[in-house]
Amino acid sequence: MLRTIRIKDLSLVRGERRLFSGLNLEIGAGEAVALTGRNGAGKTSLLRAVAGLLRPDAGNIAFDGAAGELEAETARAEALHMVGHHDGLKSTRSAWEELLFQTRWTGGSEASARDAVTRLDLERLLDLEVRRLSAGQRRRVALARLLASPRSLWLLDEPMAPLDAGHREGFGTLMAEHLASGGMILAAVHDPLPIPSLNVEIGRSMEIGG
Amino acid sequence: MSAFLVLLRRELALAWGKGGGPLLALAFYACVVTLLPLAAGRAPERLASLAPGIAWLALALAALLSLERLFERDFEDGALDLLALGPAPLEAVAVAKCLAHWLAAGAPLALAAPIAALALGASTAIIPLLIACALAGGLAFSFLGGLGASLALGSKRGGLLVAVIVLPLYVPPVIFGAGALDALAGGLPWTGGLLLLLAYSAAAVALGPIAMAAACRNALD
Repeated sequence: MLRTIRIKDLSLVRGERRLFSGLNLEIGAGEAVALTGRNGAGKTSLLRAVAGLLRPDAGNIAFDGAAGELEAETARAEALHMVGHHDGLKSTRSAWEELLFQTRWTGGSEASARDAVTRLDLERLLDLEVRRLSAGQRRRVALARLLASPRSLWLLDEPMAPLDAGHREGFGTLMAEHLASGGMILAAVHDPLPIPSLNVEIGRSMEIGG
Repeated sequence: MSAFLVLLRRELALAWGKGGGPLLALAFYACVVTLLPLAAGRAPERLASLAPGIAWLALALAALLSLERLFERDFEDGALDLLALGPAPLEAVAVAKCLAHWLAAGAPLALAAPIAALALGASTAIIPLLIACALAGGLAFSFLGGLGASLALGSKRGGLLVAVIVLPLYVPPVIFGAGALDALAGGLPWTGGLLLLLAYSAAAVALGPIAMAAACRNALD
């Protein structure tokens, strides 16, 4: 279980271009951070850097557990979920097959996947092939793994963009529950999150305390 | 270990599932084996002498074609992010993918190889050795092909690039396997070729995943 994430003096470079430098950010248990900024400012890159998929140019990202700092690799493999632009669902498989795989891969069980299906209202989609689903339906299937295998840190990239109003509200409730149980959320968004959150604009002032 | 099995099951389902999988590889294999005699002439004695070599070479090509997109699909739809963040290291992910490819395409092809060789007029004496070579060589083909597929991640001309990277690496197993088959057909000692083939496959299985994981990390970065 993660307690705090500390991002210190982080600087990211893509190709020849420096996205930002000197980013300091601390997220504690029960806190949500909404990353805003123009297109291409580096919101997605920051999420990928926290997930360890992208090597920072400078600075570091540390994960603290109850008993002090955790090894980054272990923390990432066990305590974070990332749902990005691409939902990672195979178009030829059924929604249930893919959800079950994603759940088991991230450490959940079939029962927890069933539970997530009920809470996200996915029953009617389960037998359909993923390619028959709309963008919003696919996103809901991808978001289901957040509930199916509980992990402390959610890294979300435009999580609500394809969702309709009703499901945005529903997902807002789920995010609030996650925070209430000590979870953390770092989300790249254009519209404000429907939960109390700290706003961080990427590419502007970079000194934010936790 | 359980995460590895979960992934292996999913990779097998993807390989066997819609889109042909082993059937397509087998059909391609049958086409190549039928085409080569048409090009090489139909004199039975000449075909019989070429048979083991043709059956063996076509295996390498069929394996190559079926794994060109081994990592590309996961890279495009974002599943590779999920796999990279999972409980198993990327090296284990690479092993699962290549192993699933071998089980779904390599092993069925290894069983089809003797049929092709017999149809071309090879003697029945080489059949056990051909199956052994095809099973061991197929493992090398899968793991080296996976290496090519991972190195070509994100490039536009992926398919050709994979072939250009992988075919030179297929040279040693093709030589060892064909050498062993040739030696057996000519009544010479053949164990040396088979042992070298096994050694090469073992090295590919041991070292390939390390390189594949590095290539995937590089592509995701």
